[in-house]
Amino acid sequence: MNIAVCIKQTPDTTTRVKIADNGKSIMEEGISWIVNPYDEYAIEEALQLTEKHGGEVTIISLGPAGIEKTIREALAMGAHKAIRIHADNIPADPAVTAKALAETLKSGGYDLIFMGRQAVDDDHGQMPALISQALNLPGVSMVVKLTIEGNKGTALREIEGGHEKVSFNLPAVIGANRHLNVPRYRSLKGIMQAKKIPIEVKQAPLTAEKLLLEKMEYPPAKQSGKIFATGVEAVPEVVRLLREEAKVI
Amino acid sequence: MSTILVATEIRQGELKSINLEVFTAAVKIAKEINLTTTALLSGKNAASLAEIPAKYGIEHTVVVEDAKLEKYSPDCYAAAIAEVARQKDAKVILMGATYTGKDLMSRAAQILDTALAQDCTAYRAEGGALRFTRPMYAGKVRAEVRVASAPVMATFRAKTFKPEENPVAAKVEKLQLNLPEPLTVLEAIETAAAGKLDVSEADLIVSGGRGMKDPNTPEGKENWANLEKLAELIGAATGCSRPVSDDGWRSHDEHIGQTGKTVSPMLYISCAMSGAIQHLAGMSSSKCIVAINKDPEAPIFKAADYGIVGDIAQVLPAMIEEVKKLKARD
Ligand SMILES: Cc1cc2nc3c(=O)[nH]c(=O)nc-3n(C[C@H](O)[C@H](O)[C@H](O)COP(=O)(O)OP(=O)(O)OC[C@H]3O[C@@H](n4cnc5c(N)ncnc54)[C@H](O)[C@@H]3O)c2cc1C
Ligand SMILES: Nc1ncnc2c1ncn2[C@@H]1O[C@H](COP(=O)(O)O)[C@@H](O)[C@H]1O
Repeated sequence: MNIAVCIKQTPDTTTRVKIADNGKSIMEEGISWIVNPYDEYAIEEALQLTEKHGGEVTIISLGPAGIEKTIREALAMGAHKAIRIHADNIPADPAVTAKALAETLKSGGYDLIFMGRQAVDDDHGQMPALISQALNLPGVSMVVKLTIEGNKGTALREIEGGHEKVSFNLPAVIGANRHLNVPRYRSLKGIMQAKKIPIEVKQAPLTAEKLLLEKMEYPPAKQSGKIFATGVEAVPEVVRLLREEAKVI
Repeated sequence: MSTILVATEIRQGELKSINLEVFTAAVKIAKEINLTTTALLSGKNAASLAEIPAKYGIEHTVVVEDAKLEKYSPDCYAAAIAEVARQKDAKVILMGATYTGKDLMSRAAQILDTALAQDCTAYRAEGGALRFTRPMYAGKVRAEVRVASAPVMATFRAKTFKPEENPVAAKVEKLQLNLPEPLTVLEAIETAAAGKLDVSEADLIVSGGRGMKDPNTPEGKENWANLEKLAELIGAATGCSRPVSDDGWRSHDEHIGQTGKTVSPMLYISCAMSGAIQHLAGMSSSKCIVAINKDPEAPIFKAADYGIVGDIAQVLPAMIEEVKKLKARD
C-alpha cells in the first residue's frame, strides 16, 4: 500500500500561548514544537497497515524549513519517506494549505491519505474534508476504527451520542481521531534511521488567503470565584447560590 | 433579495437544539446586515420538519428530498448545500459546529471556493461586514476572523445562542437538484445507551476525575454512583477526564477536553479533577463551573465560580441531600 500522512507542526499542548506584538499571531520563542497529537494516530494507523499489507508511508507537511525537525519526529515512528511543501509561513486559511497539499497528493498515487481530526493550534478541523472534496475522493473524518480489505474500507466515525459505520472504496481520505489506535513510542533505532531519510522539498504556489485573522485576544480573565474551604458545611450555601445567583438548577 | 442560508443536520428524524440555536442567530444577523433568511432541510423525511424553521423566525425553508440523500454521505450533502447556496444567492451560510456540521461546511466551502470560520462562539456585524470570534489553541486565545470572499461561511459552537421562538408564516419550497453519486455509504448508526444525553448536547454536566477512584473498588463504586445520582436529580449528562476514560472507568464518549469533547453547558460540576490545562480546554467556556477537590491548590479552583474544598466522598452525598430538599420545595 502506498500511504500518505499529512502532518502539522503544532506547539506542545502545555505551552503557555503568548500573543505577539502584532496582535495577530503568537510569539514563537520558547515554544517546544511537536507533531500535532492527532496526526500521531494517523501515522500509527498508516504504519500498521503497511506492516500488514506491505508498502510505504510518506509524511507530507507544508511549512517553512523549521518544520523539518518535526517531520523527522514523524519519520522516527517508522515512516519511509517525507515531503516538505515549502511555505514561508503556515497559512491561516486552511483552504490555502488544502490546495497546496492536494496538488502534491494528486500525483502521488496514494491508496490512502491520512490526516489528523484537527490541528491543536488553529483548531480548524477542516483539512480531511477539504482534501477529500478537492481530490473528489471518499473521505471520512473523526475515524475511531478502520478496516481495510482489498480496495474496500470500513470506518467507524464518531458523532455526538454515537458512531456512524461508513464503507467506501480506495483511494480514500481518513481523518484520524483519538482511540483509533495507541501511537507507538519512537525507538532509538527509529530516531537514528529517520536522520538518514532525505526530505524532498517541493514548491507550491500558495493562493491568496480568504480567511483573514484580524485580531487575537486572551479570553476575558475569569473573576475569581467563591471558594469555600469548609468542606461539607459549604454545600447548602453553594446549592443555594446555584439556584439563586447562578440560576442553573 | 440575497439571503442567509442555514444548513441543518437531521438526526434520527429530529432537528436537534443546535439547529434552532443557529436559526435564532441567523434571524439576528439577517436583521443587522439586511438579508432574508432561508433554512435548508435535506434528506429522507426532511419535509416532515419543514414547519420548524419558521417557528424560529426563518422566512423561507427549502426542502431537498432525493434518492441520493436517502442515506447520509458528506460529499452529496455538501453538494446540496453548495447548490442551494448558488440558487438562492446566499451571501452567508451558517451551520451548527457538530462533528458533521464542521465536515459538511468545510466541503461546501471547498466547492464554493470560499473560506469557513469554524467553531465560532460570537459574531459582530460592522458596516455590513461580519466578524467571527473563534477560540484557538484550545481556547487559550480568541481570534477575530473575517471571510474575505463570498459566500461568508461559519459554524457556531453548540450553546452559543439560546433558541428563541419567533413565529413567522412558513414558506416552504421543494427543490430538485442535480446531485453527484455519493462516494461513501452509511451502513449503520450506532447510538450510545438509549436515553443517555451526550455531553456535547447537555445544558448541565456532572463530571468526574481520577480522584473519584476506580469504580471497581468499594470507595470508587460509591463515588461514581453518587455522581450519577446527582446528575439524574438535576437532569445532567455525565462526563469525565481523559485518564478516567483511558483506564476504562467510564466510556470514551464522556471524555471532555482538548482531545475529547468541547462543551459549554450552563453548569459544569467538576468532581475530583485537578483541572489540567488540556481538560480546561474542553470546558472552560461553561457558563458556571463548580469545583469539588480536596486540594485547595488544585488548578481547577482558578477556573471555578464556586469551589468546595473537601472530600468527594462526603461532599457529593451532601449535595444530593441539598438538591433533594430544594426540589421538594419546588
Ligand atoms: C496531548 C495531551 C492531551 C490531553 N487531553 C486531555 C483531555 O482531553 N482531557 C483531559 O481531561 N485530560 C487530557 N490530558 C491529560 C491531562 O494532562 C491530565 O493528566 C488529566 O486531565 C488529569 O485528570 P484528572 O484531573 O482526572 O486526574 P488528576 O490530575 O490525577 O487529579 C485528580 C484530582 O482529584 C483530587 N482528589 C483526589 N481524591 C479526592 C477526594 N477524595 N476528594 C476530592 N478530590 C480528590 C486530587 O486533589 C486531584 O486534584 C491530556 C494530556 C496530553 C499530554
Ligand atoms: N501545514 C500542514 N501540512 C500538512 N498537513 C496539515 C497542515 N495543516 C493541517 N494539516 C493536516 O490537517 C489536519 C487537520 O488540520 P486543521 O484542519 O488545520 O485543523 C491536521 O491534523 C493535519 O493532518
